[in-house]
Amino acid sequence: MSLLETRDLTAHYRDLQALFGVNTRLEQGDTLAIIGANGAGKSTFLRSITGLLRGAPWSIVFDGEPIGHLSAAEIMKRGIALVPEGRRLFPSLTVEENLLVGGYGRTGSGHWNISTIYSLFPKLRERRHQASTTLSGGEQQMVAIGRALMSNPRVLLCDEISLGLAPIIIRDIYQALPKIKETGTSVVIVEQDIQQAMKVADRLYCFQKGRISLAGSPAAFSRDEIHHAYFGTQK
Amino acid sequence: MSEPRYRIQTATDATYFLALAGIGLVVILVLLPFFAGRGLVQDLIFVFYMLALAQLWNLLAGYAGLVSVGQQAFVGLGGYMLFAFTVYGGIDPLLAIILAGVVAFLLAFPTALVVFRLRGAYFAIGTWVVAEVYRLVFAQVKPLGGGTGTSLPVGVTNGVFGIDLLREVFGLRTALARDMVMYWTALALAVGTILVVYFLLRSRRGLGLSAIRDSEVAAESVGVDSFRTKLWVYGLTAGITGMVGALIYLQTARISPDAGFSVLQWTAYVIFIVVIGGIGTIEGPIVGVLVFYLLQSYLADFGTWYLILLGALAIAVMLFAPKGIWGFVSARFNLVLFPLQRRLVKIDGKKPEESA
Amino acid sequence: MTGWLSVLVHGTLLGGLYALFAIGLSLIFGIMRLVNLAHGDLIVLAAFVILAVMTSFGVDVLSALLISLPIMFVIGFALQYVILNQTLGRDILPPLLVTFGFSIIIQNGLQEAFSADSQRLAAGAIETASIQLGGGIAVGVMPLLTLLTAIGVIFALNALFYWAPLGRAFRATSDDPLTAQLMGIDNRRIFAIAMGIAMIVTAIAAFYLGIRANFDPSIGPARLIYAFEAVIIGGLGSLWGTLLGGIILGVAQTIGAHINPEWQILAGHVAFLIILILRPRGLFPRAFD
Repeated sequence: MSLLETRDLTAHYRDLQALFGVNTRLEQGDTLAIIGANGAGKSTFLRSITGLLRGAPWSIVFDGEPIGHLSAAEIMKRGIALVPEGRRLFPSLTVEENLLVGGYGRTGSGHWNISTIYSLFPKLRERRHQASTTLSGGEQQMVAIGRALMSNPRVLLCDEISLGLAPIIIRDIYQALPKIKETGTSVVIVEQDIQQAMKVADRLYCFQKGRISLAGSPAAFSRDEIHHAYFGTQK
Repeated sequence: MSEPRYRIQTATDATYFLALAGIGLVVILVLLPFFAGRGLVQDLIFVFYMLALAQLWNLLAGYAGLVSVGQQAFVGLGGYMLFAFTVYGGIDPLLAIILAGVVAFLLAFPTALVVFRLRGAYFAIGTWVVAEVYRLVFAQVKPLGGGTGTSLPVGVTNGVFGIDLLREVFGLRTALARDMVMYWTALALAVGTILVVYFLLRSRRGLGLSAIRDSEVAAESVGVDSFRTKLWVYGLTAGITGMVGALIYLQTARISPDAGFSVLQWTAYVIFIVVIGGIGTIEGPIVGVLVFYLLQSYLADFGTWYLILLGALAIAVMLFAPKGIWGFVSARFNLVLFPLQRRLVKIDGKKPEESA
Repeated sequence: MTGWLSVLVHGTLLGGLYALFAIGLSLIFGIMRLVNLAHGDLIVLAAFVILAVMTSFGVDVLSALLISLPIMFVIGFALQYVILNQTLGRDILPPLLVTFGFSIIIQNGLQEAFSADSQRLAAGAIETASIQLGGGIAVGVMPLLTLLTAIGVIFALNALFYWAPLGRAFRATSDDPLTAQLMGIDNRRIFAIAMGIAMIVTAIAAFYLGIRANFDPSIGPARLIYAFEAVIIGGLGSLWGTLLGGIILGVAQTIGAHINPEWQILAGHVAFLIILILRPRGLFPRAFD
């Protein structure tokens, strides 16, 4: 049984349908990469999983339990944490407070706590009492990831964590990924940077206009096939 | 193939029908005092001025997005100006009503200077504070009765233009003639207010208002000067509210700061009327004032329980039927009496499609 | 000279009471952007609750306050959770009109339950006790306690906000309610808890109000206006600013009263309007709103 599955997941924004029956699965310990152009439905997909968009109970199944209808706070408590697109740190809170609030709903039993987060991202320890808004983009991304990890989630969802960051910073951040996986967390990353995504993924899904256009192991596809699935161009 | 040409249409087929019916209704109302009892005439005066106040509050809150809890400032101001102009200026009361409106209009601008610095709910309370200031200031004006208030001399109330005419032509008693003149003035104000509001909303400025209500930022980005638009609407509303206040206190013939600037009478009841009837529509306050009149007639004797009921009703409507009675009816039966929606219609000789 | 110094001192102490009125309002606006038009009436409700507890259980006013604190918390929690939460959203009208409706209901409900008569919370000798501050100025013990309590409440609330997980949750929710949910913060519960806390502060304010002066069901709106003026003068988002706003209001009113007793309230309004014109964001606004 997969750790997390979506079954025929649909999503609407008022009259606009954004997802048309999406089937995906995440196995325990895997890293899943979701790629696709802007507007393809990737963020909507993550919002559905985290409960910001609610749907039919069995459209999302976590550890055998239906969660499609639950609220964001309830889903977070079960062990699914999101690193939101654009980081979305709390401006009134310091770096350390942002990290601490990540554990508000659930501390979980696992490796991650304030000291281990600082070990993962040493730069943050120096800045722990600074307002989160004074940090660089890369450092803010580290805070956002650390904040999500504080709940010791079983599934970590990362929405476009490389957006707006320089390649060298992106590399630094992705270096944290193996350590995260070591602690037993399964990861889903949504990425526009296809190469980066393919480097870390065990399994790949490509979204196009609200549907899955490609699914499988990254090694199994040629560049052309991925290009086609991404853009929907005719050969 | 030539480019199709378009025009903007607001009226529907039903509109012309209803306009005729409306004119008919107004004619009946004009003639009513000749064959109705004094009680009904006086009740209708109350209905007319509450309706005018409701339309004005609705224009401010439902269209301009300015939720004021302080319109009583202009009601009381209008009332006091009427007293000042008639008692000290010797001016005919009907003319004084108009002058009172002008004064209210003028004072609205410095008032806006202060309250426009606030937004949303804070704006609301700000208008309330300003109304309190008006109340406290007028309580200090001894020539107008100070804290206890004053009454209009009989010479003034009986000297309203038209009363003598009616007495001579129809041989009516002074009291009845006075009621009739008040009635027609109130009717004129109510109908006039509705027409002003309607044509304002149909105008370009009105389109700008709707845009501001939906999104001020977006409206500004297409060139709507939101500050000036809101300012003028606030001033216009204040001016007419002042006229209504003048009428009310000419009718009542007695004013005091607590009465003239009463939050309950001139804001709470008005808000209730608009909310129950349907905010953001012209028909809503009409429905609301009728409901209010019925409730007031039958239940006002219950004092505090009546007010608790009104409060509970307003809350229930706001939570479960935010568009009010008219909103519900209009959506269900697709009914519009005062068409304001602009439809883009092709000019090709054919009848335009009805689209919501 | 002592005349004016005395005015300043008494105005400051009055400001403590106004600050207590205002803290609840400031808290609620800060966390959930809700302005409760029934706030003043809730202060009066709290005063009547304390009175009812005193008469029903035959206890002294302080014990009555302590018993009333959880009662008011529950009232605030329920009000927010059941009704006010449904009004929150983009539109400003529903919360405004619903709380306005509650204002009317509370005023008239209290009148039904307790009559329109003036009431007072009897506190015994301490009501009239006074302390010499030196320089020939004597101040009442209660007004002094009021100001000290206001300061204490602000310290306590700030401690909550900056040291406790719940306080972090409040601040996070105030910043970004959507992302706060991703932290496992249930907005509806957080808002209800915040309202409950605001009601506790309100009960404390009512305690001091009721001992100091007569109260009756109709005085709510005026308290709302004082609270509002204190918040605006001080600037949105800062509890210490609210305290200062209350003090400025208190001083302005006392100066007005000193010149002519009939001018007390008007002087407060005028001071408020002047500050509003000159510094629309208040004296100590927070950076972002």
